Amino acid sequence: MNKIESPEESRKLLDKIVFDLTRSIVKKDELTRFWFFILIMFIGVGLWGWGIQIKNGLGVTGMRDYVSWGMYIANFVFFVAVSLVGFLISSTLHLLNVSWSKPISRVAEQVAIAAVALAGIIIVNDMGRPDRLLNVFIHGRFASPILWDVSVVMTYLTISVLLFYLPLIPDLAILRNRMGDELPKWKMKMYSILSLGWKGDAKQYKIIYHAMRVLMILIIPVGLSIHTVTSWLFAATLRAGWDSTIMGPYFVAGAFVAGVAAVVILMYAYRLRYGLKDYFEDIHFSQMGKLLVFVGLLYLYFNVNEFLVPGYKMRAAEGVHLLNIFTGSYAAMFWSVQILGLILPIILLLFKFFRKPLSVTLISIVVLIGAWFKRFIIVIPTLEHPFLPVQNVPADFHHYAPTSIEIMITLFSFMAALLIITILAKLFPVITIWEYAEEKGIDKKYFSEQPKKS
Amino acid sequence: MEKKTRRNFLKTLGASMGAAGVIGGSTILSSCSSKVEAAAGDKITLLTSGGELVVVDKAMLKPAEMPSLTENQKRGREGLPGKSWVMVIDLSKCRNARECMKACQHHHQLRPEMHHINVLQMQDAEDTSPYYMPKQCQHCDNPPCTKVCPVNATFKREDGIVLIDNERCIGCRFCVAACPYSARVFNWFEPKDAEKYEGVTYNIECNVPQKKGTISKCLFSADKLRDDELPTCVTACPNGVYWFGDKNEDAVTNGTTGETVSFSKLVKDNAAYKLMDELGTEPRVFYLPPKDRTTPFQGNIEEHHS
Repeated sequence: MNKIESPEESRKLLDKIVFDLTRSIVKKDELTRFWFFILIMFIGVGLWGWGIQIKNGLGVTGMRDYVSWGMYIANFVFFVAVSLVGFLISSTLHLLNVSWSKPISRVAEQVAIAAVALAGIIIVNDMGRPDRLLNVFIHGRFASPILWDVSVVMTYLTISVLLFYLPLIPDLAILRNRMGDELPKWKMKMYSILSLGWKGDAKQYKIIYHAMRVLMILIIPVGLSIHTVTSWLFAATLRAGWDSTIMGPYFVAGAFVAGVAAVVILMYAYRLRYGLKDYFEDIHFSQMGKLLVFVGLLYLYFNVNEFLVPGYKMRAAEGVHLLNIFTGSYAAMFWSVQILGLILPIILLLFKFFRKPLSVTLISIVVLIGAWFKRFIIVIPTLEHPFLPVQNVPADFHHYAPTSIEIMITLFSFMAALLIITILAKLFPVITIWEYAEEKGIDKKYFSEQPKKS
Repeated sequence: MEKKTRRNFLKTLGASMGAAGVIGGSTILSSCSSKVEAAAGDKITLLTSGGELVVVDKAMLKPAEMPSLTENQKRGREGLPGKSWVMVIDLSKCRNARECMKACQHHHQLRPEMHHINVLQMQDAEDTSPYYMPKQCQHCDNPPCTKVCPVNATFKREDGIVLIDNERCIGCRFCVAACPYSARVFNWFEPKDAEKYEGVTYNIECNVPQKKGTISKCLFSADKLRDDELPTCVTACPNGVYWFGDKNEDAVTNGTTGETVSFSKLVKDNAAYKLMDELGTEPRVFYLPPKDRTTPFQGNIEEHHS
């Protein structure tokens, strides 16, 4: 990095950076209100649906005794998957000294926090007796993978919040020092409290760097665990389609694909909405496109293993399951997900032409939708084909179709995740100001200065 | 301590009789609300577990000995000491009478679509003949379901029975996913006659009253075993399909004929097998092969892995 020597130049650049990166906090127009209105409306409808579900029983969903896990669990797996990007971008890439990914860290952490928080809520939505949630802690049996999942999800949420918060502290101090009339009093007060009296001396920065590094290392096993353990919810059973030893890495690789796509979409939204063209640059989208190719290839490799090997053997129950997804009732969904959601994006993103911001984003949207349906395919078809025949039960026990209540509650989860992300973006800069400024060559000593009032 | 009021007494009675397969009309329960003192000579009609209507003097009714919920849960978790229950199902005898299914649904207060025991129409290969196979919880010795339960709401007892505590179940349905025998059913809606059994003390060994949002499955009629009786399905069968007994005593009794034979001899002589034993679940239910069947198969075989 080139150090900017002139104080005047440094101050000027810093002013510009702060101005640009606080636009998301300051900006408040009709669109903001409308967006909040939409989100809160959907959340309200979803909560109402959940109320109906609690009152009338889980039977209001399309789930029955054979397909006893449905869209909620698929959605849960999807959210856990998306959350994994926090660990990939803000920890792994950082530790590998990949410098281009630095401005993206906070976006990745926003996604991680929102997704993992919602994963926790979705799993409660799926419970037959949410009123007995505390039993998990009172009577918890550590031999059950659910307990492992609860433990790692909570640990991951904690570390993700810390990874979000620690690099935020110097930013909060900058906001505390520089912002004033343009923000409401409560916000300023919040910055002042949350910045913990940050002074910005070398010792404090050392502590932050050190703590960040510890967290970045800690989050690697935790991050790998959360999705590996989630995959074990399936792999720990004897069912055809789930009884597979590669479920852990298969899920982790798939999670990276979904997460990278989610981050790209969010980056583009910020770039557009908050005019951050010079911050989320074309190069970032290009690099994220390359990253998507890399994790996509990894995922493709696991997919080949997961489907080709048992497909070659077509062992009894496994064969029935595979035929159902290759050529049966899930064939259309399966092949669209594999081809449109994975293979085609990989091929397109190999070309520089498609690694422009808009096209990477559009491809990411397709990838993310594909990733959601992929979880649907992982969860449901297996349950429709148990070892023993499904007989003497009503017709709706044979095949699963989500009901409107399930769709309402699933939409709720998306909207609630977006609400968390929006609130984070409205309260805190979407890029770490001090890190970014330092990267541009501004010395740390200018961060703690109060700007001259003109 | 529960007060021994008339209402509670009748509730307890309802529960115990309910467990045995209640309830004449609802005579008992409707009498709950009336304040009539049981004068000598007052008659009441009850339905016995055997399905007979009997008229008894109200004064003869004694409160059934019902342990408190905690006591019930405690002894239900321990099981019957020294026992090792096994079931042998003779497939050559099953004619799809489905009396077992009916009696079971009655015993456990199940909705019509819920089967603790389900008589399946099976066909092992295209060229082999179809047959009927009653299928319930296999009470595995290596149960995949209890392993995954996050709250220890389903567990393996000393006497071999896999039981459920629906006062603790959180309704995550991991056990349903884990069970390869599709033996578990869930209370997706309000259970049958929920209002009738409201306030009745839960009986863990019968899993009644059923509760919305919790799991249920075959329990080998653990409540009846405690009373030295055979399980409901075993006695309900008109065709002599079921043998049930204690492996430690090496004796199984046929629920239809009442005949008692050596368990080990029965399974050896008839080349008994366990359902999907290759999964390593070690079931406690043994099947005798469906050979020399006396009645032809009359169902239409549904697609096997539909």
